[in-house]
Amino acid sequence: MFEETMTELASLTIAEAREKLKARDITSVELTQAYLDAIETANAVFNAYVAVTPDQALAMAKASDARRASGTVGGLEGIPLGIKDLFATLDVHTQAASHILDGFKPKYESTVTQNLWDDGAVMLGKLNMDEFAMGSSNETSFYGPVINPWKAEGSNQQLVPGGSSGGSAAAVAAHLCAGATATDTGGSIRQPAAFTGTVGIKPTYGRCSRWGTVAFASSLDQAGPIARDVRDAAIMLRSMASVDAKDTTSVDLPVPDYEASLGQSLKGMKIGIPKEYRVEGMPEEIEKLWSQGIQWLKDAGAEIVDISLPHTKYALPAYYIVAPAEASSNLARYDGVRYGLRVDGNDILEMYEKTRAAGFGTEVKRRIMIGTYVLSAGYYDAYYLQAQKVRTLIKRDFETVFHAGVDAILTPATPSSAFGVADESLAADPVKMYLNDIFTVTVNMAGLPGIAVPAGLDHKGLPLGLQLIGKPFEEETLFRIAHVIEQAAGKFTPTKWW
Amino acid sequence: MSVDLATVKRVARLARIAVTEDEANRMVGELNGILGFVEQLSEVDVAGVEPMTSVTPMDMRRRADAVTDGDKAADIVANAPLTDRNFFLVPKVVE
Repeated sequence: MFEETMTELASLTIAEAREKLKARDITSVELTQAYLDAIETANAVFNAYVAVTPDQALAMAKASDARRASGTVGGLEGIPLGIKDLFATLDVHTQAASHILDGFKPKYESTVTQNLWDDGAVMLGKLNMDEFAMGSSNETSFYGPVINPWKAEGSNQQLVPGGSSGGSAAAVAAHLCAGATATDTGGSIRQPAAFTGTVGIKPTYGRCSRWGTVAFASSLDQAGPIARDVRDAAIMLRSMASVDAKDTTSVDLPVPDYEASLGQSLKGMKIGIPKEYRVEGMPEEIEKLWSQGIQWLKDAGAEIVDISLPHTKYALPAYYIVAPAEASSNLARYDGVRYGLRVDGNDILEMYEKTRAAGFGTEVKRRIMIGTYVLSAGYYDAYYLQAQKVRTLIKRDFETVFHAGVDAILTPATPSSAFGVADESLAADPVKMYLNDIFTVTVNMAGLPGIAVPAGLDHKGLPLGLQLIGKPFEEETLFRIAHVIEQAAGKFTPTKWW
Repeated sequence: MSVDLATVKRVARLARIAVTEDEANRMVGELNGILGFVEQLSEVDVAGVEPMTSVTPMDMRRRADAVTDGDKAADIVANAPLTDRNFFLVPKVVE
């Protein structure tokens, strides 16, 4: 095929590719090859994939074409996807972008990825991320930073794609996969989606199984898709979500056809606007974007109501106790004995200490240290217990407004657009980097679903997103409203410079 | 509350992470920065508030007490740095 045709194939959305595959205009092998070619050309630029699996991809594509010929067609039949390095994939690189999992190739498959393969999807490879999903810029990866396909107008500066699912967001935006899996513990799906003009949804805690996903903070972690548009995200989530006997926190609720909620009217819906999200120092254009979003929803027939979520400001500090505490416990398993890196020592203790010193990066060590400290004798009540009580109050804030009839909440997704790689002020102050998650982290603390949808460009020509927060297990409402925003705002694709 | 160098070293020991003097010194500032940030939680009135234990109310599912998995010793040690006949090998811990 001519190069132009290949590029066109890779620019199809999942829904468009699905139609062309169905009509037999294209095969999954052709589609998969188009993405493998795009990765071959551009991955050196973006560093989005940490492992590409071309042989496996083509074998899966061939098998998909054979299934289609025999009349068996799954929800993602023949669609090539990128998988965040956090998901265990049988016999394939799975390291959570960490040195400590050096060479790890699991002998099992995560439930989420198994669900995708069962629905006919094709795996292109494993995507870069912040080490153990700890970061907001994809710069804590052992494999180095991911580069955002977006650049500011008239500037050549490299920008971050956000994090931790930075590889997923960049690969989707640069058309190096049709869609990608991602995970979100404090904003790791929604912030990178907002930074790259893509759509990312963190479903309700329990909607997707966590089995086989490398654990960061077990009470907050949740998988979800990053996709080119709202419809593609709806298609992917339907396949990813399931109850799972191997994860007792997964819920036994039917998985709806999320796509069916697209195009439904917003008449009679009540959208809450929380005053606490109007934070000090918020750029005027974020404020403007938010007002524009409110207007779009009003125009679509929704009722807008002012609401208050009084404990919002405490969500981020509570998160930086709860998440590191759970991480310090989860990451205790990396000891150089059962998998990954091992650095020898004179005795077993020294072996543990040297292995973990060499295997974990700076940010991961920092969070393990914080977590160990807040759980240690004498500090547990003051920090951890206090944070878990505040978490109850944060959740109660949301319950109160939902009880009062609010169907969903509209907020900005991030306090800024994408920032530069190796930003010195952020590197010097960990807390400043943490503030990236100020609008997203409340959702994880309360276990709610949240979606980030592109809503416009800032004065530098960089994408900005809006966030919708919903009631537990009402992802359909989020897709429905996000689709209205997408219809009004249009879609955003970076100008190709690579 | 804030941490000093001795506390950082003690916590690093608990976390089983070897730290150099330089690293420990740097961590004192960073950890105090984060602890300073989370300090604001102490101003929240939590009287009578239950700590969250589960973000979604759910009953733990049960299943029959039966063996459903196993016989995969080779898979379990497949990724280990050092093994012998399906055992993990570690430095001697008992004299």
